[in-house]
Amino acid sequence: MTLFLQQLMNGIGNGVVYASVALALVLIYRTTGILNFAQGEMALFSTYITWKLTDAGLGIIAAIAVSTLIAFVFGAIIERVLIRPVEHASPFVILIVTIGMFLAISSITVTIFGDDEKQLPSAFSERAWSVADVSVTLEFVGLVVVLAAECLLLWLLLQRTKLGLGLRAVASNPESARLVGISSGTMLMFGWAIAAALGAIGGAVYVPTTPALTAGSMQAVLVYALAAATLGGFDSPLGAVVGGLIVGVAEALAIQYVEPLHDITLVVPFILIGAVLLFKPTGLFGRRIVERV
Amino acid sequence: MASRRKWTSFAVAMLVLAWLAYVPQFYGQSELVPWSEALYFSIAALGLNLLTGYNGQISIGHGAFFGVGAYTTAILMEHNAWQFLPTLPIVIAVALVVGAAFGFPALRLKGLYLALITLGIAALFPDLVNRFASKYGTAGTSLIQPPRVLAPEWASGFAEADDQYRYYMLLVVGVVMLILAANLVRGRFGRALVAVRDHEAAASTLGVNIARVKVGAFAISAAYAAVAGSLSVLVNGSANAGKIEVFRQSILFLVAVVIGGTATVAGPVIGAYVVVFGQDFAKDIFDDKPELAPAVFGVLLVVLMYVLPDGIVGGWRRLIARRSRSDGLPPLPSASPAH
Amino acid sequence: MSVLKVHDLRGGYGPVRVLHGLSFEVNAGEIVVILGANGSGKTTTLRAVSGMLNATGSVLLHGEEVLGRSPERIARSRVAHVPQGRGTFPELTVEENLRVGAYSRSDSAIADDIDRWFGVFPRLKERRHQQAGSMSGGEQQMLAVSRALMMNPELLLLDEPSLGLAPLVTQELFEQLGTLNRTTSISMLVVEQNANLALKIAQRGYVLEAGLIVASGTAAELKSNDEVRKAYLGMA
Repeated sequence: MTLFLQQLMNGIGNGVVYASVALALVLIYRTTGILNFAQGEMALFSTYITWKLTDAGLGIIAAIAVSTLIAFVFGAIIERVLIRPVEHASPFVILIVTIGMFLAISSITVTIFGDDEKQLPSAFSERAWSVADVSVTLEFVGLVVVLAAECLLLWLLLQRTKLGLGLRAVASNPESARLVGISSGTMLMFGWAIAAALGAIGGAVYVPTTPALTAGSMQAVLVYALAAATLGGFDSPLGAVVGGLIVGVAEALAIQYVEPLHDITLVVPFILIGAVLLFKPTGLFGRRIVERV
Repeated sequence: MASRRKWTSFAVAMLVLAWLAYVPQFYGQSELVPWSEALYFSIAALGLNLLTGYNGQISIGHGAFFGVGAYTTAILMEHNAWQFLPTLPIVIAVALVVGAAFGFPALRLKGLYLALITLGIAALFPDLVNRFASKYGTAGTSLIQPPRVLAPEWASGFAEADDQYRYYMLLVVGVVMLILAANLVRGRFGRALVAVRDHEAAASTLGVNIARVKVGAFAISAAYAAVAGSLSVLVNGSANAGKIEVFRQSILFLVAVVIGGTATVAGPVIGAYVVVFGQDFAKDIFDDKPELAPAVFGVLLVVLMYVLPDGIVGGWRRLIARRSRSDGLPPLPSASPAH
Repeated sequence: MSVLKVHDLRGGYGPVRVLHGLSFEVNAGEIVVILGANGSGKTTTLRAVSGMLNATGSVLLHGEEVLGRSPERIARSRVAHVPQGRGTFPELTVEENLRVGAYSRSDSAIADDIDRWFGVFPRLKERRHQQAGSMSGGEQQMLAVSRALMMNPELLLLDEPSLGLAPLVTQELFEQLGTLNRTTSISMLVVEQNANLALKIAQRGYVLEAGLIVASGTAAELKSNDEVRKAYLGMA
């Protein structure tokens, strides 16, 4: 039982990160209809900035705040400069553009920061409590709190602000949004900026739970986040969070309890997705069949 | 007019083929490698175009089928002492079965969801190889290095070196696969592919068996990717399933199809050459900073998509259409964009 | 004084030309109807006016050229366009749809205006927290009109408001539009196949055929025009 709870917690810890990146993917997908292949690499770049700032002596929390802000601006610039010109092109074209971004950002990251391993300090101290023989680390609590805060802020933004109303209007019906005077371009820029900021936070809290920050740090996360978003339904933020947690927990439990799956834990999310999509092709919480890519 | 265009295309194709046949005589051993790579890349892209371009099913996972072909050939050659060519029918058979097996669940999925599931195939493949095929190769990396194919006596007239001989094998297989693909899309099956892509419901009322067409497209495109994988063993002397390679290949096949021109016969081949030589070109730009090469290539992709959103072949057609219109002739029909 | 004055409007989709040089105008406080069969260019005309389509010629709003401006800029000049098929935001609630309509406004009367249109269309008030996509066609059309009115428009463009609605619902909607026009002095340009109803509330009208204006006049003149009677009023 203790072991089970411990694994469950590990799973939730990872799941929180998958959910965070999945949330960013869903946000961009909902507002622009684009699957952003470069989401993971954008987060990677921001995480390196966080590392650089701590390396230069800034506290980790301050470093995360600054890099999140930088990511926000970069996200907006990327939308404006790279995505806007192909906004109305075929889904293939947009997919190739984000793939090009994926290649470019990861290689630029390596060029700027080098390909050696970096140690990023954790935003949380190494405290831990023992609850019923299960060790609850502050890091775990911190991860959960960060995700919860992200969700709450995002929800408040989307449901309670005028900007959020505009974002949702553009996502729901871009043409009508323009006809009531909403500048869809500005909204999409905000969508990308927020998604990039989410990625920056996700990367900065995730990497310290791994052995080191490397150029490949976010690639597995992207795959898991894509799995999470698909599982939850690609147009549902709630689905992204639930999907992320399911993927994380299922992976952790499979490692522990399903011997044949050792080494091939990636099978787990895809078996789950396969099973869910066969019965509900829009994912757990998705509404529309997603046709665009 | 139409027949004149046909003859022009035929003449151009013959010229290109003649040049490709002359390439091994012209270039040395190391320079021949990208030309060989471009050949097997073309075959994989041709197959993916059947699925993605003509049938509208997006796959970012064909690197896995490529790997299936490479491993089948490598294992048969290394452990069963087979010659290279006899492995091809086996490779095709295996890939058809594996492709159809993935095609069935794909029936339920569309667009993005399908793309992501295929991405899952690409992400999983290396793990599966490590688990199940590692007994054949070096533990941990699953690299299999079968004996190299050597140039036989009779070929000495045109291929003294082994790599020249291997290049010609690739070229012959490539041309055969191209002709097969061209015939396929011009025939009944090709029309069914397009009909299903453009309007599934309408196609089914016309008596097209949607499931058969979609699963068939998956199986055939998997076979193309697998043949390409087999041929890669010929070029590289090994089958390998590194996580990054499989993922990269899967993406690059799709890139080749889109930048060449979806749902065109020549597009994927042109795209494959652009991808292979574009990466080479990117490496040469910053000689002292090899890690920047993907950035150059990435930027190249983005720029290509801005300039030629319907691919190289699509852009070429628009150019011709504009010219013929200014001659007072009606514009040529351009390829319908894939959905 | 004309609110909208269109001169020699030409445009289409890609290489396909749809409009071949139309000229028409809408005066302040007027309801003007454009009649025409399917494919005559009615929707294209409205899309060109609201900036959704690249066109040539001239579109003057209060004497100011707006052709070539983005749709959102034209919308901010108080032109409200209710597109064909209603164009509501299906995932948003009824009330949110109305608030989106007031997006470019910054005055404090937004809440009052929401109540005002809820008063005109009580059905919407009952469903204020319901998702727009889950309502009936008639309710969505009322929502689309109310949303457009939330923009405080001077000119309302309506594209086939009767499309897909039951006859009684259509009649009710047109009566509401007529009342609105009398009480608020909003000018309207209505594109419609249902000539009977449209000519009842309109002061003037144009007949569009294959991208050209082929007839125009007051509502009464059009009603008595033989060609119009035959083609659009179903009378011999």
